[in-house]
Amino acid sequence: MSQSYDSRLVDDIIDGHGAAPTAVIAILQEVQEHYRYLPPEVFPQLSRRVGVSEASVYSVATFYENFSLEPKGKYVIKICDGTACHVRKSIPILERLRSDLGLSEKKSTTSDLLFTVETVSCLGACGLAPVVTVNDKVYPAMTPDKTSALLSQLKEDEANA
Amino acid sequence: MLKTRDDLIQLRSACMEAAAAETQKILICAGTGCIAGGSLELYARLQELMAERGIACSVKLDNTPHQHVGLKKSGCHGFCEMGVLVRIEPQGWLYTKVKLEDCEEIIDKTILKGEHIPRLAYTKDDIIFQKQDEIPFYNRQTRLVLDHCGHIDATSIREYLAVGGYTALEKALFEMDGEEVVREISDSNLRGRGGGGFPAGRKWGQVRRQAETTRYVVCNGDEGDPGAFMDRSIMEGDPHRMLEGMMIAAYACDAQEGYIYVRAEYPMAVERLRMAIAQAEELGLLGENILGSGFSFKLHINRGAGAFVCGEGSALTASIEGKRGMPRVKPPRTVEQGLFGKPTILNNVETFANVPLIVNKGADWFKSIGPDNSPGTKAFALTGNIENTGLIEVPMGTTLREIIFGVGGGMRGGTNFKAVQIGGPSGGCLTAEHLDLPLDFDSLKKAGAMIGSGGLVVMDDSTCMVEVARFFMNFTQNESCGKCVPCREGTRRMLEILERIVSGEGQEGDIDLLLELADTISNTALCGLGKTAAFPVVSTSKSVRDEYEAHIRDKRCPAGSCQKLKRYVIEAPLCKGCSKCARSCPVGAITGKIKEPFVISDACIKCGACVETCPFGAIKEA
Repeated sequence: MSQSYDSRLVDDIIDGHGAAPTAVIAILQEVQEHYRYLPPEVFPQLSRRVGVSEASVYSVATFYENFSLEPKGKYVIKICDGTACHVRKSIPILERLRSDLGLSEKKSTTSDLLFTVETVSCLGACGLAPVVTVNDKVYPAMTPDKTSALLSQLKEDEANA
Repeated sequence: MLKTRDDLIQLRSACMEAAAAETQKILICAGTGCIAGGSLELYARLQELMAERGIACSVKLDNTPHQHVGLKKSGCHGFCEMGVLVRIEPQGWLYTKVKLEDCEEIIDKTILKGEHIPRLAYTKDDIIFQKQDEIPFYNRQTRLVLDHCGHIDATSIREYLAVGGYTALEKALFEMDGEEVVREISDSNLRGRGGGGFPAGRKWGQVRRQAETTRYVVCNGDEGDPGAFMDRSIMEGDPHRMLEGMMIAAYACDAQEGYIYVRAEYPMAVERLRMAIAQAEELGLLGENILGSGFSFKLHINRGAGAFVCGEGSALTASIEGKRGMPRVKPPRTVEQGLFGKPTILNNVETFANVPLIVNKGADWFKSIGPDNSPGTKAFALTGNIENTGLIEVPMGTTLREIIFGVGGGMRGGTNFKAVQIGGPSGGCLTAEHLDLPLDFDSLKKAGAMIGSGGLVVMDDSTCMVEVARFFMNFTQNESCGKCVPCREGTRRMLEILERIVSGEGQEGDIDLLLELADTISNTALCGLGKTAAFPVVSTSKSVRDEYEAHIRDKRCPAGSCQKLKRYVIEAPLCKGCSKCARSCPVGAITGKIKEPFVISDACIKCGACVETCPFGAIKEA
């Protein structure tokens, strides 16, 4: 991601939540919504503003699964692997996506920072299993083929954008 | 802004009048499931069509009643399998699997002429069900907590008022004192719906008795169990009911502030709750001196950040405090030192949603539903290999058979029922012998399972139970916060053993080793996540021990589902064509010409005899 770090923007986010230790998670969430990951610069700044050690902020960021210290792709594709989706075969979908995009368990984001593929333990849309989401839009009753088609569509949209 | 009780009563009757004046209503399901099916596009299309045809349509209840067709986005109806769902009132018809191209017909036939469209109705065994209440999926349920879900606009406080919303809060504030509210809830024997089944009234009473006067009410909306979405549907479909429950709890215990902790994976629940809180604040139902009663209450929303362990009380409060969500040693318990070290009522969404009903109708009414020791109803999320997936609500004590074969419509595709996983990763597997077990807290505990939050994943005989146990162990292992050794290390070792069993490398004694580890972890782990982590393994190793043994001894998956145990192939470059394997094969599945590579056909029964006889190690599991 070429977007540079804007400490004023982060300051505004901190002010919006109030610079209190209790707001750390909410602040990190909003920073991540903006940058799609947590840039390293955020830790000293947040630590200074909120008055907790940098290590504490970092410990929060690494504890919760939603926080990422690596830049994520523009399209974050999540494959639900909750029980219901798992029972209705969600893993072949994950495998197809990874092979289509040249990704693996270790490498979850494409080099052009366009796609990130990850699993999520349950989206609570079990009636529609197996489910895939792209940036929080839910796609129900997926199959590997439908997922490939969705991927082509996203790529096409991107090329035309 | 409502200043007195009378203001609220007046506004409520105005809302009721406005709702009654709507000649017809179209309720489009705007639960997550139906939205994914395109219900919002449908909503826009219907609105557009009505404008084109000059039909007076209102999307909001306002103060002056007019004769309009009401078009509303409702909460989840629960019948997610049949989405997009559209309900037509006053007839009470339910249209299923509605598509964008059906909109015109709905307007022209149903709205303009009042005609039913049979092809959109739910059909089963050639019977067309016009009315929603006649569909077996619904008429076998007892929908109390979910009563409004699908029947009112989930985004409008006026709609909630129009169906008698906030009458319980009103009654509590003006006709009862805190002690009486606690007594009513205690008498009702409402037990926590989040899994543990701890009596809510007792919890409230304990908070009330604390010397510390700063107190909190916290709602656990961190519904992390895979396969469960009851709380999500309540938060999305009837958010005000839950808020009302929280307000009553706060009043009962003199709490001043409340927090709702919602998982990050439920963005729409967060949005609807935010909206609901803003509406309640605007009307003065939240804030200072509510309706002039002297009671003040503020509500906040915290979004989770993806940690299952935060469903545990002390981890959840740590997370609200902005820390790592790690459980701590208890006591002190949450009722004594919870959020910010203050006495805290912590209940889950469904528990709070029951409160207004109990305050309104009384403890005796509540106790008349379900068994004495666990009264009331329970919402279950029915998923897996079942005909009617979706959200249901039945009285506590209903049997599994009734839920699966009655409400659930039986197995999908008529396959054989094998087991049902109840209570998510901390629950257990119940098999055919348990079908007549009444589902309530105590009976399930005896059977070695737990109600958990209410996820029911139904599995047929193509599902391998060992793999299911591995799946849950993998989940718990991933979500272990790492604070205590038994859970952090123990679940990892158990997962390793399960992984080797499903990949056909299980060893004699593995089951005993698993059970020994399970016993240690359950007895020594710090929190509920660890204590229950081994339940799926323990319960499956009891109910389907033979499946474990087949994996370990015969390297065979009886369900034919474990990939690694599935197929044997002869690697051509290694095969010398000696034909030893073909001769050892009991079913003649191996053929070939001498001195050329042999092949295994589909007739293979995966007995593994060939692997043992091959002198060149050319036969491998694929």
